[in-house]
Amino acid sequence: MDPVPVTLADRLVLHPDVALRPERFGALAYHFGNRRLSFIKHVDLLAVVEALDGERTVGEVLDSAGVDSGRHASFLTALATLSDSEVLCAT
Amino acid sequence: MRPEVVSQPPAATRPLVEEFRLGLDAPICLTWELTYACNLSCAHCLSSSGRRDPAELSTEECFAVIDELQRLQVFYVNLGGGEPMMRSDFFDIVDHAVSHHVGVKFSTNGTFIDAAAARRLAGMDYLDVQISIDGATSGVNDALRGRGSFAAARQAMDHLADADFGPFKISVVVTRQNVDQLDAFADIAAQYGAQLRVTRLRPSGRGADTWHDLHPTQEQQRQLYHWLLERPAVLTGDSFFHLSALGEPLPGLNLCGAGRVVCLIDPVGDVYACPFVIHDEFLAGNVRNDGGFTSVWRESELFTSLREPDSEGACVSCGSYDACQGGCMASKFFVGFDLTDPDPECVLGHAEPLLAALGTDSVVPRARVDHSRPGVSVPSPVTLRPTRRSGA
Repeated sequence: MDPVPVTLADRLVLHPDVALRPERFGALAYHFGNRRLSFIKHVDLLAVVEALDGERTVGEVLDSAGVDSGRHASFLTALATLSDSEVLCAT
Repeated sequence: MRPEVVSQPPAATRPLVEEFRLGLDAPICLTWELTYACNLSCAHCLSSSGRRDPAELSTEECFAVIDELQRLQVFYVNLGGGEPMMRSDFFDIVDHAVSHHVGVKFSTNGTFIDAAAARRLAGMDYLDVQISIDGATSGVNDALRGRGSFAAARQAMDHLADADFGPFKISVVVTRQNVDQLDAFADIAAQYGAQLRVTRLRPSGRGADTWHDLHPTQEQQRQLYHWLLERPAVLTGDSFFHLSALGEPLPGLNLCGAGRVVCLIDPVGDVYACPFVIHDEFLAGNVRNDGGFTSVWRESELFTSLREPDSEGACVSCGSYDACQGGCMASKFFVGFDLTDPDPECVLGHAEPLLAALGTDSVVPRARVDHSRPGVSVPSPVTLRPTRRSGA
């Protein structure tokens, strides 16, 4: 089943039960609640995940992280996957 | 280890498997055998457990290891043994881990999960329980794990269900004798709302004596492969990556993570490359040494060499090498193969000539460490063939 899409207008934040461990490829993300391990497979994506504060929209965070619009679609897909595994949650 | 590999553009600059092959600064997770003591004497025990070792880590030393794992952000450990619940400080260790953000999954034969223990476990966060059975019936199970062990495991499952523990795991080592019971295992798991986990038999520990008669046949390996492909929800610890040479890769990481992303800490603090290689050849150091676990992980000669590119071997020229990665290091080692030889269970049959050449008098490596209880007979599911062992 495909994850629920994330849009530029959404507001997301790291789930309080999730810890990030930075790695050279990105990061490990571990959810202590559902005990699922996810991989954040790019350092740019990690920068975005860390910048999500639940207040600014996803679009604003992507802009502030310097992600140009040509890469938006791929980042939205990645964020949707992370939301689906509860690494991120909506506010 | 069963990471949820998320498909996640923007595309990684290098495949994750390649990153992992080079090793990480800390393991993703690790196995920690808390004690060599066990009330059972399973015929395939990979750590030859039975008797407690007098040099086992003290409670305080265990706490120190946990604190170190927390600093390294190792998010969870797989506790095992022996039977970990035979340690009188078992719950103290688990409490210390989960309260320090080191999640716990522990493997048990279930004997010591009575109603009270089940309620205590159900009340803890960040905890997974995995009950081992190796047959879906007492006949098949007890032949390998000892009389009464199936009933004890089922009783533990009943207690966990009564205590509303939630979805625990049922862990099965796939053998020639139980491969036809895969659906029955799935039924038992479904009955409890549990998750089924099946893993590969290794010729490690006492398994060295029984492997030749217990490991699935080639036909059974194909059967298992198709069964797993159709059931991606069944957990495998990614232990069957050698089956991926049969076609479409199985879900999960197709990679030997030994010394790269996983390792084993044994009850006396010795750090081995993985749970299946308790042998001096794969001993990297001890957590009691200066620098503790961290320096063993980061600086040991053994782990450093395991993170280097694979050496040339018979498999490198095989068209399926990318799929199976040459298979399992432990399996090769303990049947007496060279590490550059094919996996003894190579699905393309490349190991058949080597296996055929192993006579009944073949000398295979034997671990220095054996905690089998003297005088306690090991269940003998089949007529064992004698093997002669070298000293170390």
